[in-house]
Amino acid sequence: MQEAMIKRAKELLAEGTVNRVMGWQAGEFAYDITPTVFSSADELDKAFVYNDFCSANVSKYMIKESRKEGKILCFLKPCDSYSFNQLLAEHRIWRDNVYIIGIPSYGKVDVNKVRAKGVTGITGIHTDGPNVVVETIYGSETMVKMDVMEDRCLCCKSKKHMVYDELLGEEGEVLQSNRFEQVEALENMTPEERYEFWRSELSKCIRCNACRNVCPACTCENCVFDNPASGVANKAPSSDFEENMFHIIRAFHVAGRCTDCGECSRVCPQNIPLHLLNRKFIKDINELYGTYQAGEDKDARGPLTNFTVDDCEPSIVHHRRG
Amino acid sequence: MQVEETKEFKPTIVAFCCNWCSYAGADLSGTNRLNYPANVKIIRVPCSCRVNPMFILRAFQRGADGVILCGCHPGDCHYTTGNYYARRRMTLLFSMLDFLGIEKERTRVEWVSAAEGAKFAATMNDFVATITKLGENRRLEDIRCKKQ
Amino acid sequence: MLKVSVDKINDLFRAIAATQKLYLPVDTNAGAQYREWSEGVTMSQALNTNRSAKDFFFPQTENLAEFKMEGKKIEVKPQVNEYEDYVVFGVRACDAASFAILDRVFLSEPVDTFYAHRREHGTIITLACNRPAETCFCTTFGVDPAVPGGDVSAWQKGEELYLEAQTEKGEKLLQAVAGALSQAESEDIEPVKAAIRVMMEKLPLAKLSLKGIEDQKMLDLFYSDKWNALSESCLGCGTCTFVCPTCQCYDVRDFDTGNGIQRFRCWDSCMYSDFTKMAHGNIRNSQMERFRQRFMHKLVYFPENNEGIYSCVGCGRCLAKCPIHMNIVKVIKTMGGTENE
Repeated sequence: MQEAMIKRAKELLAEGTVNRVMGWQAGEFAYDITPTVFSSADELDKAFVYNDFCSANVSKYMIKESRKEGKILCFLKPCDSYSFNQLLAEHRIWRDNVYIIGIPSYGKVDVNKVRAKGVTGITGIHTDGPNVVVETIYGSETMVKMDVMEDRCLCCKSKKHMVYDELLGEEGEVLQSNRFEQVEALENMTPEERYEFWRSELSKCIRCNACRNVCPACTCENCVFDNPASGVANKAPSSDFEENMFHIIRAFHVAGRCTDCGECSRVCPQNIPLHLLNRKFIKDINELYGTYQAGEDKDARGPLTNFTVDDCEPSIVHHRRG
Repeated sequence: MQVEETKEFKPTIVAFCCNWCSYAGADLSGTNRLNYPANVKIIRVPCSCRVNPMFILRAFQRGADGVILCGCHPGDCHYTTGNYYARRRMTLLFSMLDFLGIEKERTRVEWVSAAEGAKFAATMNDFVATITKLGENRRLEDIRCKKQ
Repeated sequence: MLKVSVDKINDLFRAIAATQKLYLPVDTNAGAQYREWSEGVTMSQALNTNRSAKDFFFPQTENLAEFKMEGKKIEVKPQVNEYEDYVVFGVRACDAASFAILDRVFLSEPVDTFYAHRREHGTIITLACNRPAETCFCTTFGVDPAVPGGDVSAWQKGEELYLEAQTEKGEKLLQAVAGALSQAESEDIEPVKAAIRVMMEKLPLAKLSLKGIEDQKMLDLFYSDKWNALSESCLGCGTCTFVCPTCQCYDVRDFDTGNGIQRFRCWDSCMYSDFTKMAHGNIRNSQMERFRQRFMHKLVYFPENNEGIYSCVGCGRCLAKCPIHMNIVKVIKTMGGTENE
């Protein structure tokens, strides 16, 4: 796939359709890949990669890039295309300045899961059919890819692209996924257990804001938590309350717009399962207001900017479950 | 002789009331001389839709033990549709608070019209009783705001 | 040189914990983190903790003072902390080296008393790195993971843990727990040290050097056009700064509690848009300027003011944690750091 992508990118650069290419740049150790804008065939040859570690969702970069001079080529994985489409719906991206090539994704590998198997000193990793071969300075190890795949890919919601100008590889399908299982498990706990669970998770937060800054739905020019005039700006969680508030408000602000791309949990340096908060909102929206997938239809009205006269009353929360 | 001191818990309740219906409803309950506990602190808002989820959380941070939002009955909104949006928002917010293990009885939405002074008083009496039974807000408190 | 058998290590921990608090790396669902030792707690085998050891001296948030107002009277209550002695076990050479860098900031005039007290009351037991990771490049900054420093250094050799006091404080600690230890010879650990040095040579970043940066003029580096490409995809989050053992910037803020003002300080990150916000506005308005500041500070300004000592210890946390995998190694290489042979 990587060769085909580079070939096509070079063609589009040569014929002048685009003047830049958004893609992924190789790093030091096979897994540390940086989203990068390439502007020449040479640069593409030198460092462009597409492999099982290209997990960064590049759609958010298009807000900035599409406002620049000329058209940019952007490769979108299926889940990235949902985010891109949602940003189009919110008029954040200038569509005419982006040429999109949809690319398949076969599930990304989580290097932290590889490390969790006690593997250190990784010098190279490559996928070999259903296996992942890890080269380390202490020797080589083979593991089953499913065991080290990112959690979000294990419950992939769709292999289908929501927006593209052309496709490389075959188009996939919307999948039946079990992504709400963990949310359900939590719902079935007692409030005390849930409280303990979230306290232990959210108290790990160091407020690095990685979840917010990587989120394709978080596109405010100035976040309320950075704005000193808001009265809630803070740079560190200085109390339990602030830990809770930041994450509740952040999840709420993207509710109905979150496409469930899972970047928040991927980037969290403290491994907080933040996507569960977003998924809870998605699940509630599906159950209470009808199935809705953000990013699927750019002309649809979001569930929180919409209503019906016979919506359920908030008291439903009191008698639903537990 | 020693007298055992029992300190009765008096919850702090924040009630966000829409200017057009519920606030007038509160007024009416006053002019009708209906009783409701003095620990209900009313904050007047232009519309129930004005209430940002952050307001609810901030009320808890600043010492509320229960937060209630009152607005016009669905269909009667002064701005036509504001309370419909508020209804969805609050449903999702309350569900999220419940998901985080925060007692769901601490938050409530009631539709109170300008003519429903009696309903306002009854609602507040009931809510205060619920919160009194539930006790102090511990799970959404900010410890810094509690110490004297 | 003293030693204890690894399967009896709890005796050592018990002996330390009998008189003071003992913290060591423990496996959690957020990687290895420092936790207080108690009976039943086992030490993590991970190479390093998720967060750095700076938290012990420089916690993320810390109260400084409280103000109360009554009419026109303002009462200022300075924060009074009670400090207890504590021991941190299993600090790696890189983190131990970071303390010297933090000391330069917090212990130079005017001395930060909060930091100084915590530093004074802590005893650091370091542990040599038997299995360094690919992200390690401490040797670039002159750190030797075979001789990890601290108040007491420890080495694991097979089923034995060797300990050697490096400072007076370390000496005192080892004397206090002598019952749990037996005598050993210094030569015993030479093979371990040699093996670590061999491993360090094999690491992919072993040859990383700052020569190319040292040779350039500060202003040339500052105005280099390479910063644009490097910072292009930076998200502006604070992950790198918060997991960094040497990042020491903080903000002092006031929180209105409703019955007074709580003044506290908390970590701040030069990557944040409001980092240098002042009354007149902000001096660093683009992410490129913020990004450049972080690396210029670590690699150019800090050594300029501190006898050539870099404000990086090569622990590799930013390499592992950056959401987009942009990090100090890539910056060093791009800005002219050469691979020396």
